Amino acid sequence: MTTTLYTSDHEWLAIDGDVATVGITDYAQQQLGDVVFVELPKVGRALKKAEAAAVVESVKAASDVYAPISGEVLETNAELVAEPALVNSDAQGKAWFFKVKMADRSELGGLMDEAAYKAHTA
Amino acid sequence: MLAHDQDSLKRTPLYDLHVSLGGKMVPFAGYDMPVQYPAGVLKEHLHTRTKAGLFDVSHMGQLALRPKSGNVEDAARALERLVPQDIVAIAAGRQRYAQFTNDDGGILDDLMVANFGDHLFLVVNAACKAEDEAHLRASLSDACIIDTLADRALIALQGPKAEAALAKFCADAPAMKFMDAGPHEVAGIKCFVSRSGYTGEDGFEISVPSGDAERLAKMLLENPDVLPIGLGARDSLRLEAGLCLYGHDIDTTTTPVEAALEWSVQKSRRSGGARTGGFPGAAKILAHFDGGASRRRVGLRAEGRAPVREGALLFANDAAGEPIGQVTSGGFGPSLNAPVAMGYVPTNLSALGTKLFAEVRGQRLPLQVAAMPFVKNTYKR
Repeated sequence: MTTTLYTSDHEWLAIDGDVATVGITDYAQQQLGDVVFVELPKVGRALKKAEAAAVVESVKAASDVYAPISGEVLETNAELVAEPALVNSDAQGKAWFFKVKMADRSELGGLMDEAAYKAHTA
Repeated sequence: MLAHDQDSLKRTPLYDLHVSLGGKMVPFAGYDMPVQYPAGVLKEHLHTRTKAGLFDVSHMGQLALRPKSGNVEDAARALERLVPQDIVAIAAGRQRYAQFTNDDGGILDDLMVANFGDHLFLVVNAACKAEDEAHLRASLSDACIIDTLADRALIALQGPKAEAALAKFCADAPAMKFMDAGPHEVAGIKCFVSRSGYTGEDGFEISVPSGDAERLAKMLLENPDVLPIGLGARDSLRLEAGLCLYGHDIDTTTTPVEAALEWSVQKSRRSGGARTGGFPGAAKILAHFDGGASRRRVGLRAEGRAPVREGALLFANDAAGEPIGQVTSGGFGPSLNAPVAMGYVPTNLSALGTKLFAEVRGQRLPLQVAAMPFVKNTYKR
């Protein structure tokens, strides 16, 4: 069973066992505007929580996406690299960024559930 | 509810209209301006290239230089003290691009100068307008009365449908050619209309009394071909058109020759011309014309998809070595569906097709020096 958690930096994590699928929230894509480029981490990279892991660029500006959790990158979304506008059309679905094998599940403790994230962005 | 100290920001006469249209307001040059509307930068950009966009550029400075003698040529001669352009040769009803230069040959601001028959009409950048006005008063008050036209808004209407959209309210519009400028009635309102802009598209800039600005903008926006366009798309449009943004691509350290603006300096002001020199920094600028400058503003196209943005350092190769230049404007060109940039490089690396590298997030991305404009302009000559 999958649980979705959120960071205050507007990333979502879908947790399934010890694997987290990471993307940016619909709120974040609305703030960014039309996304024209994404850069994803290399498969196999060991991410440390809070380090810059990916880049998302709109026409106007580039923004870092920070690793919401530590762990090894298992897979990245090639479809998203080919079609960055998926971030705008389906931020919390098809536009996932990468999957991480979590190194320390206790890091999930500081994340928000959907209700808390909604309150955070209200 | 205000998130920042918007109280200190000035508002244009179209502020309420921007808010009612859903404009996302941001501080720009001391004004609270729409960076985009709900359509978003990408759609606004593409709409301007295929239909027509309406831009509020009322934050820009509008000035009249009125000759004390009554003869507009005297105002033109006076203005030539401050710019390297031939102002005397601007015929009545015509407009020309110019730069205020400093004693080092750098650029204080860039501007448009129109001859309205009995006076000159100037449009300058918002961020520079106070300094420009002081500069004009200090240098030209012997010959001109300098009027700041603070009670006027400025609306740009740009794109292939701009002519038809304006023609509904201004019968004179279709007959105007690129860089024609003068007083015209638009919907019965006494306006100053020029056939020019900052997008690379055919279009118009309409100076309108502040009190009539919202009414005129709403009339133009009733046309389904016309959408409001924010500053975000204005920037991507001008970048694709290869047009300089003051404070980024040109500033007090760049001469017009380094900035690849030679086309804007007429022969009469160059060495051997009838009125050679006589503008600030003439010695350096003419030396650049005669002997070349060591660096040059060029267009840059990336081989990959990653936008290369302002500030990125440029290198001659992908390994070691010192930077050879820097990107001054860059981003994603929606019409090209590719990154575009401009920047300064050594003249010996400025030839079209020269391979360079830009450092982006620690990686050197391959670029090529490319011709500008990146998107063919559609001016009505």
